[in-house]
Amino acid sequence: MYATDSLRIHSIESFGTHDGPGIRLVVFTQGCHFRCLYCANPDTWDLHQGSEISIDEIVRMAVAQKSFFGKKGGVTISGGEPTLQRLALLSLFKKLHAEGINAALDSNGKILNDEVKALLKETDYLLLDVKHINDEWHHLLTSVSNQSVLEVAAYREQTGKAMWLRYVLVPGYSDQEEYLHQLGEHFKHYKSIEKIEIQPYHQLGVHKWEALGKTYELAHVQPPNQECIDKTKNIFKMYFKEVVVN
Amino acid sequence: MEVITKTKAFTKGLWNSRIDVRNFIQTNLTPYEGDSSFLTGPTEATQQLWAICLEAMAYERANNGVVDIDTETISTITSHQAGYIEKSLEKIVGLQTDALLKRAMKPYGGVRIVEGAVKEKGLEMAERVKEIFNYTKDHNSGVFDAYDPEILNYRKQGVLTGLPDNYARGRIIGDYRRLALYGIDQLIEAKKADKLAINGEMTEHKIRLREEVSMQIKALEDIRTLGEMYGLQLNRPAENAQEAIQWVYMAYLAATKEQDGAAMSLGNVSAFIDIYIERDLQAGLLTEQEAQELIDHFVMKLRMIRHLRPGAYDQIFAGDPTWVTEAIGGQLTDGRTKVTKTAFRFLQTLYNLGASPEPNLTVLWSQALPEGFKNFCAKVSLDTSSIQYENDDLMRECRGTDDYGIACCVSHQEIGKRIQFFGARTNLAKTLLLAINEGKDEKDGTPILKNIPALQGEFLDYTQVMANFKLAMQQVAEVYARAMNIIHYCHDKYYYEKAQLAFIDTDPGIDIAYGAAGISIIADSLSAIRYAKVKPIRNEKGIAIDYQIEGEYPMFGNDNDKVDSLAQEVTQFFIETLKQHKTYKNANSTLSLLTITSNVMYGKMTGNTPDGRKAGEPFAPGANPMHGRDVNGAIASLNSVAKLDYRYALDGISNTMSLVPKSLGNNRNVQTENLVALLDGYFAKKAHHLNVNVLNRDMLMDAYENPEKYPQLTIRVSGYAVNFIRLTKAHQLEVITRTFHECM
Ligand code: SF4
Repeated sequence: MYATDSLRIHSIESFGTHDGPGIRLVVFTQGCHFRCLYCANPDTWDLHQGSEISIDEIVRMAVAQKSFFGKKGGVTISGGEPTLQRLALLSLFKKLHAEGINAALDSNGKILNDEVKALLKETDYLLLDVKHINDEWHHLLTSVSNQSVLEVAAYREQTGKAMWLRYVLVPGYSDQEEYLHQLGEHFKHYKSIEKIEIQPYHQLGVHKWEALGKTYELAHVQPPNQECIDKTKNIFKMYFKEVVVN
Repeated sequence: MEVITKTKAFTKGLWNSRIDVRNFIQTNLTPYEGDSSFLTGPTEATQQLWAICLEAMAYERANNGVVDIDTETISTITSHQAGYIEKSLEKIVGLQTDALLKRAMKPYGGVRIVEGAVKEKGLEMAERVKEIFNYTKDHNSGVFDAYDPEILNYRKQGVLTGLPDNYARGRIIGDYRRLALYGIDQLIEAKKADKLAINGEMTEHKIRLREEVSMQIKALEDIRTLGEMYGLQLNRPAENAQEAIQWVYMAYLAATKEQDGAAMSLGNVSAFIDIYIERDLQAGLLTEQEAQELIDHFVMKLRMIRHLRPGAYDQIFAGDPTWVTEAIGGQLTDGRTKVTKTAFRFLQTLYNLGASPEPNLTVLWSQALPEGFKNFCAKVSLDTSSIQYENDDLMRECRGTDDYGIACCVSHQEIGKRIQFFGARTNLAKTLLLAINEGKDEKDGTPILKNIPALQGEFLDYTQVMANFKLAMQQVAEVYARAMNIIHYCHDKYYYEKAQLAFIDTDPGIDIAYGAAGISIIADSLSAIRYAKVKPIRNEKGIAIDYQIEGEYPMFGNDNDKVDSLAQEVTQFFIETLKQHKTYKNANSTLSLLTITSNVMYGKMTGNTPDGRKAGEPFAPGANPMHGRDVNGAIASLNSVAKLDYRYALDGISNTMSLVPKSLGNNRNVQTENLVALLDGYFAKKAHHLNVNVLNRDMLMDAYENPEKYPQLTIRVSGYAVNFIRLTKAHQLEVITRTFHECM
């Protein structure tokens, strides 16, 4: 169904420092099945938009910037939702590993099938976005259930490979103390989780909604204040060994 | 006598039997592999002195950029009585004139320029001084007597710009350490021996050399007198750390009293000074606090260096720079690091005295530098934006020495062994327009180049344009070489740097430093012509005044070989063309891709270009990609610049990177780690130079609107750092709009 030797992408950031460890080449893929109310990149939703880039070209770019990666850096595939193009990614990650470059995957956890499992095996860091621990709220925020997200997390835990959780903090939507605790309880025994990253909600993507003629429903929601961020951080600290505000 | 009994003797070596500071360093250095935790803050005296300096600088800004000018005296090594900031507090003494920030007239570069600069400040050059130039001649008059009409035309139309033909050329770095290690008496002895050895049949070369060495000896005698004015016995070697620093500074000070070169670097003194400090620390004669105080006071003096400049000078070199460039760190060829505790102490001045563009602290970056030093450099960059980086591994490999300084912004110079003839730069983007317009100026139609064929067809044809462009570069190179030979012949004749050359080997090797501006415009223009369709819009005289671009094309700064290779090809072609010309004193021709702040001025002087840049828009600084065209982020951008081969631009390839702190990571530790990785990564690709600005756009906007709130805000601009609020408003805006590499 999708190409295996090329990706549809939205853009490339050669100097990524917020999506996985070290300096990273971050490729933002096109296509997503979630409809997050706060999505900063609604222009990535449509799989048929964006541009096409070959796997080999991405490998070439990664090799060209390998000297910048140091001990930690590498390549991160973000989106959109990368797993929509899992076959191409599997081949990309294998090629990166052949070049001695580590691969991270930033996913919303929508899909878990054998192909995604194979991809996760080749993934050095899974950055898993947990949008909400409560399914109803998750539905409200993203228009889909969090069932698969939790399954992906559980599967990753089984494999024992590294995982970072990412949590978008939206005042009034994902900052309820009870749910923050519930999320902590759910994951506190996970050994694969190295850290959880709080991503304070921002409105920097609003103009894209307007450009696409879509209504931005969170126009009234302000970014979380320091107090809200600190509160969340302190709660997460009770459950996770490292909590980072991104 | 106490000093002699307590301190241990230096390890002997070749340096005892000849003038050889490098050998002294090799045999006595204590490399430091640790971190910055030993550093100390400013002493009471340092704070008091610096407060006086800050106040004087505030007055300087309020007073049209100048505190005072001595309009009566031609500045020489001994022209002014001793001056102090506050004598009782100063550990290191010496000012250029008898008062803090008071500027002196050095008219031998061009008396009319100096006269004008004095007038601009509402003062008048003394009649007595004007009178002198009825009987003598300056460099400027010499050059214009020798210039030909073609050079004058190139100059007037802005093809050749900023040439040092009416001001001092600068760039020569004396080995000021020699004064501390040997003292005046031994240095004079050595120079006398050199002179004696220039014998036999008298060629022009030998006659000139004998005269030069005599002038150097005279300068050394004057420096001895200068020392006496301050109660210093410079005739003998320095005996302790305080003296070593004081002696080095006196040698440098003498140079800045005699010359007002655009850039007068200090060289590479930290490892040398460290040997004396280390010895005194071992002997218990000095504490860390006192050692830091010495460096703080030294650096404070370097920050107070001033030259008298005309307003027009600001166009090319904005921000009143002096380029007291000090190279720090690097590795020795034997594999040890040259990093010492004093390397740290120099960087620490940016905390103890606050951020500052001067001295222009330049870290010689090697992959092998100790981790502790790398981390400290990154931290200082994040905190102050006041340091720049150059690739030590690359320069050691290509230039074959580990004892070098950086002349001006980015140019390698072996200390005490080689010198450099500064050549400013040619406007290469304008040269491309001449290639498209049969050799005529794109703005006023003035004929400049000869025999450039008219282009055929509705669209620009890559093969035709490239062929014309090469013809154009050949003609420009020929005229450029002629101009440079005239300039440096005359500079030697009328404004010889005797105080600096006194600290350099007799008959040193010479690099002639050509320069080119606009390489990224060239690359993008040629790429557009080759990979898209570019239609020139011609006026009634047939001159292309604008361009329509149809289709997509790769742009420089995105790690795309298709376009990056065009920049490489043009650079290589231009230096190879320049090298075909004879040079004065058989200098070795080199090229820089550097603009300093003149990228704004080049923009104003250059019409629309085929890459879509509009007339008047600034060039990118140095070898930077054009603003906003490097869409794949900072590393792809760095990779493109790294592809420019240093061997074809040995005078330096300048790149300026502006980052907001957040883009380096989400906390200080991560930011430091990533900045180190970034520098390691860039220089592993054999890139040459990087300015790192870690800034906040909001902060710059605020500084633009409220300059008084940011008296010390420093930013790095294409090879050197400037005080932001001393830039013109146009330059400030240019800096703000320049690509900030922000993450998504
Ligand atoms: S998962 Fe990411 S890309 Fe998809 S809608 Fe949500 S925020 Fe946007």
